[in-house]
Amino acid sequence: MALDKSDVDKIAHLARINIEEKDTQAYLQNITSILDLVDQMQEVDTSNVEPLAHPMDAIQRLRADDITEQNQRELLQSVAPAVEEGLFLVPKVID
Amino acid sequence: MFSKTIAQLSKGLHTGEFSSSELTRSYLDRIEAQDSKFNSYITVTPELAMEQAKAADKAIAAGTASPMTGIPIAHKDIFCSKGVRTSAGSKMLDNFISPYDATVIEKFNAAQSVSLGKTNMDEFAMGSSNENSFYGAVTNPWGENRVPGGSSGGSAAAVAAQLAAGTTGTDTGGSIRQPAALTNLTGIKPTYGRVSRFGMIAFASSLDQAGPITKTAQDAAIMLNVMAGFDPKDSTSSQETVDDYTATLNQPLKGLKIGLPKEFFSADLNPEIAARVQSALKEYQALGAELKEISLPNTALAIPSYYIIAPAEASSNLSRFDGVKFGHRCDNPVDLEDMYKRTRGEGFGTEVKRRVLVGTYALSEGFYDAYYKKAQQIRRLIQQDFANALKEVDVIMGPTTPQPAFKIGEKTSNPVDMYMEDIYTLSLNLAGLPGMSIPCGKVDSLPVGLQIIGNYFAEQRLLNVAHMFQQATDWHTQTAPGL
Repeated sequence: MALDKSDVDKIAHLARINIEEKDTQAYLQNITSILDLVDQMQEVDTSNVEPLAHPMDAIQRLRADDITEQNQRELLQSVAPAVEEGLFLVPKVID
Repeated sequence: MFSKTIAQLSKGLHTGEFSSSELTRSYLDRIEAQDSKFNSYITVTPELAMEQAKAADKAIAAGTASPMTGIPIAHKDIFCSKGVRTSAGSKMLDNFISPYDATVIEKFNAAQSVSLGKTNMDEFAMGSSNENSFYGAVTNPWGENRVPGGSSGGSAAAVAAQLAAGTTGTDTGGSIRQPAALTNLTGIKPTYGRVSRFGMIAFASSLDQAGPITKTAQDAAIMLNVMAGFDPKDSTSSQETVDDYTATLNQPLKGLKIGLPKEFFSADLNPEIAARVQSALKEYQALGAELKEISLPNTALAIPSYYIIAPAEASSNLSRFDGVKFGHRCDNPVDLEDMYKRTRGEGFGTEVKRRVLVGTYALSEGFYDAYYKKAQQIRRLIQQDFANALKEVDVIMGPTTPQPAFKIGEKTSNPVDMYMEDIYTLSLNLAGLPGMSIPCGKVDSLPVGLQIIGNYFAEQRLLNVAHMFQQATDWHTQTAPGL
């Protein structure tokens, strides 16, 4: 399927990545060539093949519902861009 | 001293030939004097290294040392290390001082190894040349203007330039084996789940695996002995018993059955590389091994399958970089969406953005079956190919890369050209199998890697097969010109 520039804009919006207008064409070309490459897959009949998500088909390991973490809020927030009174600050969401 | 292996350095430390403090100081001085040529380190940690070396010297004197105690190594900058910047080669994490240690780092700390610093890498481990680093390209010590491979390019260049005795790397599609091949080193990607992924910044979680890059198979065994093992903090960590990887290094290879996939020796392969691999196979025959042609019919499909699965998982993993809890945040965001978009637009480099976009597209509404599910079905076919082959043979061999180290800038204009570099390596990640690369000759003075692939949890066997080759040959002892 051929993509156009508006598709790149739409994907970039879904991924929440700002792409400069001047770069859109280059992304379009590169993504198109990657999708052309992966389209080889469509030639293979996989109708009876079970998808493989984990090499050993392992299932999620469960553990006892015990508290294993200590409160390290100050340490973990020391690397945050903006913090106040133990809270992460972001631009206003609700007026 | 710098040409010594980890095994030799360990002996020197234990016999009192030199102390870890002396050894560490020498390495730090050498990094200071030489690394501007290679750019193999993103961060050097001299104070931490000297402190660890002092502690190691005490442990050696007290008789509580292990084979890795006091050995100066470096870690790929993808492993979180407490109190030290952990950047993953990205502007996004340029300001990130990790508040905790990755399990791999914790294990080397427990073994009282010395960490010299953090090595350069392709941003978020996405790349095959180390050109996608926010901190600049890395030069291959084997050739001016040649790439060291990627994504663990700094880890490989650091060992090849003798700026660390060994390094850690990660391998999602070949990122340990390909750089090892291009820099005349030994690298092993263990079975998926063998080494803990906790604290290792995630790229594609169903493929990522950590391993060492070293001068010899024996050194790789010594390092893997520290790294391997179950970790409750990693939900995909394997509970399989861990072997002593040094225990069977010298086991004779008589009767070893080596499978040669005909798809690995196709027309795309540089004939000079093919010739070096063939010579290595003759050496194995001389050591008593038997060769058998096998087929991995879906080899060519590994690239398309991988380049959906890896970007899809990356697009999900990298959604955590949103400017809220850590890392880069854009200036003066007007609202939340503006903050996300500009933070990610500024923080990620071109290849990372490309892959996140491809992954987002593949997972978007209406395309899931055609891309992600299809790729996972092909992944199953690739795994079955290996399972069938490994019923007939003990190990599989072939080239690690289709050509030797290419020039910096040679493949940057078209990402698909770069992706073809991984043709022989990434099928193992899809299958979850262990594989390694060892030096097996030169083409135009540039190193060539032999890839050795084994069954699940057969790392001990792989290292034995590699070690016996290195006992019979001297490719691995050759060092880059001008060192």
